[in-house]
Amino acid sequence: MYALKEIGKYSTLLYQALRSSTEVSTYRKNLFHELVKVGYDSVPIIMLVGVFTGSVMTLQSAYQLESAFIPLSTIGAIVSESILIELAAVISGLVLAGKVGARVATELGNMRVSEQIDALESMGFNSVSFLVVPRVLAGILMFPVLYIVASIFGLGGGLAAGFFSGSVPPDDFLKGARMYFYPWNVVFGFTKSFVFGFIITTVACYKGYFATGGAEGVGKCTTEATVLGCIYILLADFILAVLLL
Amino acid sequence: MIEIKNLTKSFDDVLIWQDVNLQINDGDILAIIGRSGCGKSVLLKHINALMSPDSGEVFINGQDIHSIDYVGQRKLRQKFGVLFQGSALFDSINTFENVAFPLRYFTDFSEEEIHQKVMRSLEFVNLEEAAYKETSDLSGGMRKRVGLARAIILEPEYLMYDEPTSGLDPETASEINDLIITMAEELEITSIVITHDMHSVLKVADKVAFLNDQKLSWFGTLAEMRKSEQADLTNFITASEYQIKIP
Repeated sequence: MYALKEIGKYSTLLYQALRSSTEVSTYRKNLFHELVKVGYDSVPIIMLVGVFTGSVMTLQSAYQLESAFIPLSTIGAIVSESILIELAAVISGLVLAGKVGARVATELGNMRVSEQIDALESMGFNSVSFLVVPRVLAGILMFPVLYIVASIFGLGGGLAAGFFSGSVPPDDFLKGARMYFYPWNVVFGFTKSFVFGFIITTVACYKGYFATGGAEGVGKCTTEATVLGCIYILLADFILAVLLL
Repeated sequence: MIEIKNLTKSFDDVLIWQDVNLQINDGDILAIIGRSGCGKSVLLKHINALMSPDSGEVFINGQDIHSIDYVGQRKLRQKFGVLFQGSALFDSINTFENVAFPLRYFTDFSEEEIHQKVMRSLEFVNLEEAAYKETSDLSGGMRKRVGLARAIILEPEYLMYDEPTSGLDPETASEINDLIITMAEELEITSIVITHDMHSVLKVADKVAFLNDQKLSWFGTLAEMRKSEQADLTNFITASEYQIKIP
C-alpha cells in the first residue's frame, strides 16, 4: 500500500513537471544555472572516474590475458567495449547519483522544510515548473555529455596505463579499439546515460520536494535519494541490456 | 472579503477541525488563536489554497479558491502576501533580491523601477541599510521584516502572518506588532494573524477567532473577547496572562 502511494505521488509529480515544461519563462534562468551545476561542475570528477576506470581495466585485463596466444590488441578491444557499453555510463551514473542526486534532494528538501516552496506557491509561482523542471532537464541533457567525457577519458586512461606500464603498446590498444568499435555501442551508452540522468534527477526531486520533518527529514530524504538513485540505475541498466542488446 | 464556509480538514484519520465558518471583512485585522497543534497554520494554508480541504469552501471576493483550476488559484494567490513562521527567505540570494524576486517574475518593471520599489518596501520595515546583506547574516527580527517587505512588494489585498512574533525578544516582537498595525492602516490591507501570543492579539487585533477542540470555538471582536465567559477561551487567555505575570 505504501509503495503504491509513493508510486502515485512520484507519477503525479512527473505529470505536473511534464505539464509545467511549457512555462519556459518560469524556469529559463534556473535551467542555465542547473546546466552549469549538473554538467560543468561535474566534469572534473567524471574525468577522474573515467581515467582511473580505464587505467585499472587495462592493467587488470593485461594481467588476466597474459598469454602468447592472445594478441595484445584484444585488451584494447575489451577495454574500449566495456567502457563504451557499460562502465562510462554506469560508473559515472553511480558517482552522479551521489553528487547531483544528493545536492538536488538536499536543496529541495531544505526549501520544503523551511517553507520556501510554500512561499513560492503563495506568491503565485508554479513551484514544480520553477524547481523540478530545470533540474530534470539539466539531468537528461547533461548526463549524455558527461558520458562522452567519461568515455574519452576512460579510453585515454586505458591507453596511457597500457603505455606507461609497458603491458599494451598504444598501437595495439588503438588497433583493438578500432577493430571492435560499433557505433551502436555508443548509442546504447548514450541511451543509458539519458535514462540515468532522468532517474537520478526525478528521484532526487521527488524525495526533496516531499521532504518532511526538519533537518533530520532533509538528511533522510538525501540518503534515500542517493540510495534509491543507485538501485534504480542498476535496475535500469539490467532492463536496458535485456531490451536493447 | 474572505468567507470560509463549512471547512473540514483531516490528515489520514486525524480530524484537525470541522465545519469552520468565518467571515473576514475588508480592513479587518483578524487574529486566529489556539493551542499549538490545533491547526491554525493549516487553516491559513487553506485560505490561499496551499492545502485542500476535505470539504467546504473559501470564497475570496466571491470566488471559491478551491473550486477553480491551478492557474486560477495562482492568480488569486497574488492577492495575498504571506509572512511565514520562519520567514521563508530564499537563502541563495541576498536581502534585496529576495524582496525583488516577485517583481522580476510578475512585472515588467525596469531595473531602476525595481530598485525604487524594493528600497521603498525595505524603508517601510526600517531595513534599507540591510539591503545588500546575505539573509544568513540577518537576525530573527530582521528576517521577519524582510519577509514582510517581500510580502507587500506586489501590493496585496490581504496579508497573512503565521506566528509573526514567535522566537523574538519582547522589544522586537513589539516592533513587529507595530508594523502589522502600520501595514493595515497605511496600506489598507486586510490582515490575518495566526498567533498564540496574547500580547500580540491584544495589541493588533480587531477580531479574534479561537480554534479549540477541533472546531472554531469562538469568534468575535476584541471587546467581546474580553467580556466572554466561555470556559475554554477564558482558560486560554488566563493561562497566557498567568505566564506574563510570572516574575
